[in-house]
Amino acid sequence: MTAITQIRRNDQPIYLDYQATTPMDPRVLEAMMPYFTHKFGNSGSRSHAYGWEAEEGTEKARAQVAKLIGADEKEVIFTSGATESNNLAIRGVAEFYKDRKNHIITTVTEHKCVLDTCRHLEQQGFEVTYLPVRKDGLLDLDVLRAAITDKTVLVSVMAVNNEIGVIQPLAEIGRICREKKVFFHTDAAQAAGKIPLDVEALNVDLMSISGHKIYGPKGIGALYVRRKPRVRLVPMIVGGGQERGFRSGTLPTPLCVGLGEAAEICMKEMDAEAKRLKKLQERMLKGLQAKLTDIVVNGDLEHRIPGNLNISFAYVEGESLMMGIKNLAVSSGSACTSASLEPSYVLRALGVEEDMAHTSLRIGLGRFTTEHEVDTAVDELVRHVNKLREMSPLWEMAQEGIDIKSIEWAAH
Amino acid sequence: MAYSEKLIDHYENPRNIGSFDKAAEDVGTGLVGAPACGDVMKLQIKVGADGLIEDAKFKTFGCGSAIASSSLVTEWVKGKTIDEAETIKNTDIAKHLALPPVKIHCSVLAEDAIKAAIADYRAKATKKADAAE
Repeated sequence: MTAITQIRRNDQPIYLDYQATTPMDPRVLEAMMPYFTHKFGNSGSRSHAYGWEAEEGTEKARAQVAKLIGADEKEVIFTSGATESNNLAIRGVAEFYKDRKNHIITTVTEHKCVLDTCRHLEQQGFEVTYLPVRKDGLLDLDVLRAAITDKTVLVSVMAVNNEIGVIQPLAEIGRICREKKVFFHTDAAQAAGKIPLDVEALNVDLMSISGHKIYGPKGIGALYVRRKPRVRLVPMIVGGGQERGFRSGTLPTPLCVGLGEAAEICMKEMDAEAKRLKKLQERMLKGLQAKLTDIVVNGDLEHRIPGNLNISFAYVEGESLMMGIKNLAVSSGSACTSASLEPSYVLRALGVEEDMAHTSLRIGLGRFTTEHEVDTAVDELVRHVNKLREMSPLWEMAQEGIDIKSIEWAAH
Repeated sequence: MAYSEKLIDHYENPRNIGSFDKAAEDVGTGLVGAPACGDVMKLQIKVGADGLIEDAKFKTFGCGSAIASSSLVTEWVKGKTIDEAETIKNTDIAKHLALPPVKIHCSVLAEDAIKAAIADYRAKATKKADAAE
């Protein structure tokens, strides 16, 4: 592995939010640079060397992305990111097959861009089933099987959840979908490059990928669209007919090249990086558990990417904790960090009580996280959780043996 | 979220954290909010023989604005009569801390906490007077 020195400046907080986005790997930037300057051609220009050079870049990138997921390069199209890929996959399939089938199945813990796309389709008259998940965050396969009807055209289940990092049983879902002759789309924004994915082995028909979650640039993503058996889509963006007509618009060559390079690095380093992150994840969790009581990991710990922890620190509200740990960049499932003032719908879907959802932090570890950063984070978290518990009336009650659920709280 | 310096100061150096014996006759306790809503405040006042609030303590589970709002009101009620303390308005708290609009409910909760503590103190005082008769 190429030695990478610290990316963070010393005056910046420790970055522990790798599910939100990732810093670009310097090797990715290096690969992109020529395409910003002298290799500036339009990959659609067939008549001169500028175009050929750009096309060489985009086609190499396409092959790199395809290889990461076990696909053929002709099955990969570039988009602006996973949000667009998810929109295109779900709306594209729904609209193309609407004369025969009008039912879509997804889960309640999907990313907002999947849920909102489904809501939009419901308004247009499609039927959507939002499947619940179990307490561990995973989909119950019997529930899925029971939900499929002869009107079902598509099942869309995310590979890895963005808040709790749990890995859905993709192979089993794929097998069920293939058996029932239903298309299977998976939002793999948080999974690609982190866990092995093979569209053949998993029977995936459509897969969404994001550049900036895998140490590539923002503003680029990909959608895998199976050719055999063929999946057809109504395009969302029409025009010059680029990307097999699924997605018109001149390709952003540097971004495509960056995504390709990022995919290749992830693939090469996946095993070693997963082992390293697993150690860091364990170090973080053990460090916290050694010094704090009443902390709960949300979501299954075993079927989970090693770069994620989602922890509820009972009796301490998430936003106030984040205000304390100024030296750490994390995110919270607390309502107070969201404009909606609702706690995380993902945690609620697992059956996490609202009061515990308010105390949750999402801690994301990644390629540039060091042992020292993990240790510093543990120290900061322990210090501030203790400080805030000292001023928490709920902690005081718990220490006195009062069950806070026995109190009649006034909703406000 | 961008917070004012005053708010951050109250969050980082909260005034008057702690608890009084809630059974004591000269103590009034207010417990408001709900864990499910993400904020719970416990505010206590200790009233002297002269009728002035001689001390106040708080404990709060909630966001930075909730902690700062409750810390601030413990400072404000000290030295006031309970009638004066009762006139503290949530808008004064919100203005002093420059609370962002989505955090106004924290100041409302702090006002509720003072009122609840005063009501508790008064109820105890009435009970004591009744018992004396």
